[in-house]
Amino acid sequence: MAQIIVVTSGKGGVGKTTSSAAIATGLALKGKKTVVIDFDIGLRNLDLIMGCERRVVYDFVNVINGEANLNQAMIKDKRCDKLFVLPASQTRDKDALTKEGVGKVLEDLAKEFDFIVCDSPAGIEQGAMMALYFADIAIVTTNPEVSSVRDSDRILGMLQSRSRRAEQNLEPIKEYLLLTRYSPSRVKTGEMLSVEDVKEILAIDLLGVIPESQAVLKASNSGVPVIIDQESDAGLAYSDTVDRLLGEDVPVRFITEEKKGFLKRIFGS
Amino acid sequence: MAKQNLELKATSFTLSVLYINNADLDIIAAELDKKLAQAPHFFLGAPLILNLSALDDTPVDLASLRSLLIERQLVIVGITEASIPFSVQAKDLGLAVVKSGKQAATAKIPPRGTKIVKQNIRSGQQIYAKDADLIVFGAVGNGAEVIADGSIHVYGALRGKAMAGAGGDTQSVIIASSLEAELVSVAGQYWLAENLQQHCQAQRGCVRLEGESLTVELLP
Repeated sequence: MAQIIVVTSGKGGVGKTTSSAAIATGLALKGKKTVVIDFDIGLRNLDLIMGCERRVVYDFVNVINGEANLNQAMIKDKRCDKLFVLPASQTRDKDALTKEGVGKVLEDLAKEFDFIVCDSPAGIEQGAMMALYFADIAIVTTNPEVSSVRDSDRILGMLQSRSRRAEQNLEPIKEYLLLTRYSPSRVKTGEMLSVEDVKEILAIDLLGVIPESQAVLKASNSGVPVIIDQESDAGLAYSDTVDRLLGEDVPVRFITEEKKGFLKRIFGS
Repeated sequence: MAKQNLELKATSFTLSVLYINNADLDIIAAELDKKLAQAPHFFLGAPLILNLSALDDTPVDLASLRSLLIERQLVIVGITEASIPFSVQAKDLGLAVVKSGKQAATAKIPPRGTKIVKQNIRSGQQIYAKDADLIVFGAVGNGAEVIADGSIHVYGALRGKAMAGAGGDTQSVIIASSLEAELVSVAGQYWLAENLQQHCQAQRGCVRLEGESLTVELLP
């Protein structure tokens, strides 16, 4: 039986899609058969980040409506044969997602896959609710700033009250904090909330801290999940995150300011 | 259907209340005669309740008081606001011990329950403890609201809004491990974050009403 992971945040632009792509790829690279689903109907992005936008024929909504089957709609990743992408529809809106339709698709996928990663849209409306409804694990993506933390708190409330597990009185969704765009130097100067601050406010387990990195934008624009770039600190931080998700005990890196070496100070980084 | 021989119905009556403010029966008799002389027919045969609240610690023989009044054509039906010895005497004399409507209403405090929430209250969530105290094992986030007709206890940081005594109970309190609330209110009196911060900086404390205004007591 597959584990359903929702990557959510409430707030937009904090790195949900980047994280979904990276975590799904990481899980697949670890040998887990994984599918990543774009729930952002009408604002399709995941295919771009995954570098498969030219291969989209059918989409998630087509499958829900019975216009295509799953095998027609899922796109197999070129880099990793354990990884599949189910893209969103660009021409429809979020109301195309129904509880029955999404439930049926997830049920079918669960038979075949180890992990189903749901990339939630921003907000707390239909799209986001459908993405989190069936989840077993929630990765709450948060930037170290007050409005993102507030919105994450709101989403955590939704996970506790509006999800399938809450409605059916099952064991609650396992909630994890993923802190993205973290900049230790700005935390030091007091411009940014620290890991401890965010952990204290949200009171959930920390899954990973992804440092602010040039590599993320570069990876997004070239359609390669940043976790593939094992030269970058962001890529390494996502690898650690995936290891922790699989139950390994890995220390958190990149949360203290890096001391610049003599050469780096002269030539820049 | 046969006519019932007995029927029990509740009906309210307006009765005059005679306040006995002196234990000396001679003085009472003299004053009463003076009053009756002013309007002899007004009190004739009128049912009366005796208010004995002023005679709390002075023993008066209720029987002689009653005969004093009966002699003057007054009908005593019962006593009110009397101490326990008077109530015992009244029972022996076959007098009723009554409570005025006002007294009965204040004396009847509905039993209050307790609502316990064993999780963090997140932004956007609202918890209301009706006719109960509210206890939260966890934090109350910014943008969350906790409301109770009784007191509110938060075993964690209180960052959202807390309204205790929502039904008007001025004895309610708000206690939190760390008072960082956006708003605290007890029985309608409220403080915003900045008022609260003048008295307490994210400390363990108890907010309660003192007269008309709120006050914070820091707890160890």
